[in-house]
Amino acid sequence: MPTMTAGPERGRPPAAGAAGSERPRYRRGRRGHRGRPAYGAGIGAAAWLIAVVVPLYYLVVTSFRGRGGYMEDGPLALPDELTLDNYLRVFEIGFLRFLGNSLVVATGAVVLVLAVALPAAFAIVRSRSRIVRVGFVLFLLGLAVPAQAVIIPIYLLITRLHLYDSLAAVVLPTAAFALPVSVVVLTSSLRDVPGSLYEAMALDGAGNLQVFWRLVLPLSRSGVVTVAIFVGLNAWNNFLFPLVLTQSEETRVLPLGLWAFQTQYGTDVPGLMAAVVLSALPVFALYLFGRRHLLGGLAAGFGK
Amino acid sequence: MTSVARTERPGAVWAAPALLFFGLFGLAPVVIVACLSLTSWNGLGTPEWVGLDNWRALPEDPHVGPGLLTTLALTVLTWATQTPLALMFGAWAAGPQRVRAVAGAVFFLPLLLSTAAIALVWQALLDPNFGVSAQIGPYIGLVDGNVLGDRSLALYAIVFVLLWQFLPFHMLLYQAAARQIPASLYEAAEIDGAGPAQRFRSITVPQLRHTIIASSVLILVGSMTYFETILLLTGGGPGTATRILPLHMYLQGFSAFRMGYASAIAVLLVLIGTGLSLLVVRVSGYARMTSEREGA
Repeated sequence: MPTMTAGPERGRPPAAGAAGSERPRYRRGRRGHRGRPAYGAGIGAAAWLIAVVVPLYYLVVTSFRGRGGYMEDGPLALPDELTLDNYLRVFEIGFLRFLGNSLVVATGAVVLVLAVALPAAFAIVRSRSRIVRVGFVLFLLGLAVPAQAVIIPIYLLITRLHLYDSLAAVVLPTAAFALPVSVVVLTSSLRDVPGSLYEAMALDGAGNLQVFWRLVLPLSRSGVVTVAIFVGLNAWNNFLFPLVLTQSEETRVLPLGLWAFQTQYGTDVPGLMAAVVLSALPVFALYLFGRRHLLGGLAAGFGK
Repeated sequence: MTSVARTERPGAVWAAPALLFFGLFGLAPVVIVACLSLTSWNGLGTPEWVGLDNWRALPEDPHVGPGLLTTLALTVLTWATQTPLALMFGAWAAGPQRVRAVAGAVFFLPLLLSTAAIALVWQALLDPNFGVSAQIGPYIGLVDGNVLGDRSLALYAIVFVLLWQFLPFHMLLYQAAARQIPASLYEAAEIDGAGPAQRFRSITVPQLRHTIIASSVLILVGSMTYFETILLLTGGGPGTATRILPLHMYLQGFSAFRMGYASAIAVLLVLIGTGLSLLVVRVSGYARMTSEREGA
């Protein structure tokens, strides 16, 4: 399976790899038995492991705990009985809609980014046009523009386009701010394609469109997976754009739904934890079944 | 790239949609925000030209000076906590031992939660009535464990939550980079009798210097995004103890509807952010390194 190689190592070589990625890495069993083990780091890592696990234990257990039990037993006690009531309550207040909205926003952003970034990466790698070269520099500069600092002009643009309080209002800026990283990732994955392949296709009389469909798309598959996960996660977790650009319950996405839940039902902590668990389930599934891809997509933000 | 025969090459039209789209939503806003900083605008209606009024009001604003200091403190504290720990744990998790791989998989779990989810879970955990801090608090000298409501502790609580959220990402960068360090370096060091601490100091750290710089830049620039966590956890309080400048901008713009004035703060933020990045780039030669890596 060729996509198995798409991980942090394949999608974007780590910095040290630039020095020489062909050098042997250490293999299982070659270290560790010889020399003294790293007790210091091991103890630190164990401590941090506890710091990571305790809140997660709290999150999951509380989401299955009865509301009364939460108040009486204390937050970390083992629950007497587990219940699904919290999850049912969360669904009753329309959580499915928020879930659906988040799915639409994430899918929309991924499709939009890939639709414009793939041809752009193709042009950047193959074109001799001056405009394209300047454009690539603009994208690199764009890496440095923080979305937070330009949220007011974005709000202005969205209201002037009469898109305020729609899902498109969230999709457009989310996609735009994911674009520089995506273009850089796709460009670097296309640079690995040898020029002779393009020339061979040209000799067969293939035009740009055909080259794009039959060569660029198949060969940039690992980059596409990385970008899709990077953009999708960004959109899924985005808080600021929906906060500023939407208002009504109809357009509420998951992170805002969580906040609204906490504001409205502040004392219903088990319900809130159930909502948090639900919001993370799709990402968790991705982690279980495609950990390399997921971590690769996360590390794509490296350039950001 | 040498072209044989008459290879057809894609023209600028292939890049046009991406450029136009990014120009409109990514680059134009930088220009617009500068223009808006010279206007008075309540978010509805039309912005009115007021010249430099907003800029004159900046130094008079009692929140700007302290906000700047809080921003600086938060940035320094997040860097000073995240960098050494991520470096240590990342290098540790890169080791070949099975237990390290399993621990590493658990370390990454916080990455699966959104900023909002993490902030809300920690708010529940730090709740002075029902949270964990209410139970632990009395033992560490906090009667009610109300960390988020304490003027002197709230900022540290936020630094910790941010550490919890972002450490896995930086660990991931270090882990990937540490795996590329040639094993022979460690083997030679072991033959010379170097202990783990010494190997870390004289092999791991120097070999990862590029990653250290990259990760540090990300932390410095990323401090902009921290205001979402603060908005959810403390809203900038208690009092103004955690009101960093980006949060002040957000509240001025979208709570007080002084969008023109908020734009002036935003321009200030862009300048500070760019200045910081440039400084790091100058000091570290990061630009040379990225261009090497991107092949651009």
